[in-house]
Amino acid sequence: MSPNLTLAIIAGALVACGVYLITERSLSRILMGVMLAGNGVNILFLVASGRAGGPPLIGVTAKEDMSDPLPQAMVLTAIVIALATSAFLVTMAYRSFQLNGHDEVQDDVEDARIRELAALDEASDSFEEIRFSDTGADVVSE
Amino acid sequence: MNNLLPLPVLLPMFGAALTLLLGRRPRLQRLVSILTLTAVCGVAGSLIWITDTYGVQALWVGAWAPLGVVLVADRLAALMLTVASLVSLCVLIYSTGQDEEEVYRETPVSIFHPTFLLLSAGVSDAFLAGDLFNLFVGFEILLFASYVLLTMGGTAARISAGSIYVVINLVSSLLFLTALAVIYAATGTVNMAQLSLRFAALPGDVTMPIQLLLLVVFAIKAAVFPLSFWLPDSYPTAPAPVTAVFAGLLTKVGVYAILRTQTAIFPDRPLTELLGWAALATMLIGILGAVAQSEIKRLLSFTLVSHIGYMIFGIAMATQASLAGAIFYTAHHITVQASLFLVAGLVERFGGSTSMDRLGGLATMSPVLGVLFFVPAMNLAGIPPLSGFIGKLGLLAAGVEVGTPLAWALVAGSVVTSLLTLYAIAKVWNRAFWGTPVLGPHAPHDESEGESDGRLPGVMVAGTAALVVLGLALTFFAGPLYEYVDRAAAGLLGSSYLEAVLSGWVR
Repeated sequence: MSPNLTLAIIAGALVACGVYLITERSLSRILMGVMLAGNGVNILFLVASGRAGGPPLIGVTAKEDMSDPLPQAMVLTAIVIALATSAFLVTMAYRSFQLNGHDEVQDDVEDARIRELAALDEASDSFEEIRFSDTGADVVSE
Repeated sequence: MNNLLPLPVLLPMFGAALTLLLGRRPRLQRLVSILTLTAVCGVAGSLIWITDTYGVQALWVGAWAPLGVVLVADRLAALMLTVASLVSLCVLIYSTGQDEEEVYRETPVSIFHPTFLLLSAGVSDAFLAGDLFNLFVGFEILLFASYVLLTMGGTAARISAGSIYVVINLVSSLLFLTALAVIYAATGTVNMAQLSLRFAALPGDVTMPIQLLLLVVFAIKAAVFPLSFWLPDSYPTAPAPVTAVFAGLLTKVGVYAILRTQTAIFPDRPLTELLGWAALATMLIGILGAVAQSEIKRLLSFTLVSHIGYMIFGIAMATQASLAGAIFYTAHHITVQASLFLVAGLVERFGGSTSMDRLGGLATMSPVLGVLFFVPAMNLAGIPPLSGFIGKLGLLAAGVEVGTPLAWALVAGSVVTSLLTLYAIAKVWNRAFWGTPVLGPHAPHDESEGESDGRLPGVMVAGTAALVVLGLALTFFAGPLYEYVDRAAAGLLGSSYLEAVLSGWVR
């Protein structure tokens, strides 16, 4: 089997765009990213299925000319799952928008907790605030 | 006889459809879902007997061999099915108590039961899958059910915890699909038994990336260390029964998938070094996270991550003794971790919080709650007569037998982890269960914490107690059970799986 270069390049480009979008913070962009990357992977299945051929029906197409139906069945399943995924993500993004006014994925819980503690904490006695001034003389406040 | 195989998947699916129709009749709905899961338990139990007596059972669904879907049950799959369905049944009983006692504004009852049953169907499908694509479908079924359960009610805390969980799992599903496409391109099949034959003929630089890709996918699901960061953020916000069933089952499905692919598809390359170090890091970093927590549910989530390391330890060593230890430990850990999360739910209900800063003297106020926490907690830490000790002993003995420096490091690591688990558990016991009672009828502090009325509904206690008793049963019947898992491990290392799958096709 010789793989199709065009399909491979398209799959690569789609997955690359998808990964870029998944690293964004907003859920709706992540959804776009998941869809793009998912389509890229689906095209990878087309690469895996080899040369395109006729419909795999006995009596319609000669055995040598048939295309491989198994990857197509898998891609169909993957598309159905992607449909459910996007429906769910859209719902979740909308609910998040209703509740918070944005649909951003929150920070790590532990990070947020530490930051909260830091915000509550007043400067300790040993703390010296250092300001760097333009004149070159650093100012140290007590 | 192998016509029993689709039942653990089909029964919960029909049950889900029926409970969805019965959405307006909660009592009937509860009855249907409990009966369904009881039937699944029965089928799974009989599969244990069948696989132990007659060997591995394989069913080519629709007789589409070798292209179609094959369901395979060996001793390992049958044991996992049984433990999983028993745990789901106990959790379901617990949750019906929750429905009856409070009109739970946040969990609309009408969709809880169908989703729960679908989760169970997905878990069964993943355990029975004989080809990787069906495993993928099983994962997707259980993941979608888990998305719905985790974000049930759509409160702000659950949506934000859910979005992390959903995005992580979508990425892992994409990686899984990529792996499937690459595998199909390389071999022309996704059937595990055929794959093991065809991969053996391929050069290592083709199969190695595929194996690593699959391991990454399953390690995300199983929460193995570098990929475990999502778990403690997303699990604790869900309702108690949901967290319990997630903690018990979902990560273990990932462990099962690692175990299955490592033994059935790549028997010649155990990747001992990589998995061993990952196991060590998972154990130590997970438990250090647990020690630092002051909130019981988060603490339990970290111990969950940490103890996944024990199972990976067993898989990494890849000897019969270590695999037997890993399987026994998985069965033990499913029951114990689920019962601890159910107890955390009871604590939340009883004391109005799961933060150790706001609890105290629970054991004097409710001795039942004390006992229900104490037994599985000691079991988790591995105190001698209990099943946790037996599992750890098996793993340690297997590690000593292997005797490489890595194995010794893992043995030392698991002993340290065990001690630190005891420390973390003792911290919970000291601060929440001993001391002076601080419980007043205090108001819940934020929306995520349930109502506190200082009493425990009988059905919820019964569900938790049933699970604790199940954990104790693993201790009492440890002798026959350990012999059984030893045979299961021998089956994994032998060729009985391969023969059973392929004999249905080369007729």
